[in-house]
Amino acid sequence: MLRPGGDIDMSRASTIRKAVAEVMKVRPAKLIMDLGSVEYMDSSGIATLIEALQHAMRNKMKFVLVGVGPRVRSAFEITKLIGMFTVCATVEDATKI
Amino acid sequence: MEREPEISVRIFSDPQLLSGIRAMVEAIAKVVGFTDKSRGLLTLAVDEALANVIRHGYQNRTDGMIWINLWRVREPRGIRIVLEDLGRSVDPAQIKGRDLDDVKPGGLGVHIIKETMNESCWENRPGGGMRLTLVKWLSPEELQNSTPTQPENTIP
Repeated sequence: MLRPGGDIDMSRASTIRKAVAEVMKVRPAKLIMDLGSVEYMDSSGIATLIEALQHAMRNKMKFVLVGVGPRVRSAFEITKLIGMFTVCATVEDATKI
Repeated sequence: MEREPEISVRIFSDPQLLSGIRAMVEAIAKVVGFTDKSRGLLTLAVDEALANVIRHGYQNRTDGMIWINLWRVREPRGIRIVLEDLGRSVDPAQIKGRDLDDVKPGGLGVHIIKETMNESCWENRPGGGMRLTLVKWLSPEELQNSTPTQPENTIP
């Protein structure tokens, strides 16, 4: 599971991208990303998650988002991309998928 | 003649400075009367515009100049923000949001700006660089629920 915090913007997206790539190297059956501590996400952050999702799909892995707060959800909604992701309310819910 | 901006800031094109500008825009948007959701989207749109200047105008150089001017507007009530830079100029007609059916990372910034703002106008800046004017008005609900302010230096 990955649990980034703070703001995911242009200055931090590459750090998150590297962290995701590192976890995906071991090809887990499922990667849960807990966004509960993320206060802000811009399109760089969204692009990073799209890349992670596409990588997961290519490798038959599950990629699940949890703890998507209102501001992060708004960013996803305005780009009409929220429907692409599997989103759960809690980590516990995500582990059951 | 245009009134002087109520807030005028100049920053370098360093992504690490964007969080400070977000905080400033958020605070002024709250004073104007935008709801939490609108403030989030407005802040996101301004952030995306600045990120585009850094990425495309200055090609990720961190020593370019960006000027941010901000006004509260009165009729209709809202906020007006003008961003200017000295980076690479592009034809404003070529600035388009991408097709959201084409699911790929990147290129979402212009779409976010156009969806969020009531007005967004890119122009070539006399003397080089680009100028982007962004305007967002309070929604009828926000107008009804907010306390009217009487700023002296607002654009009628």
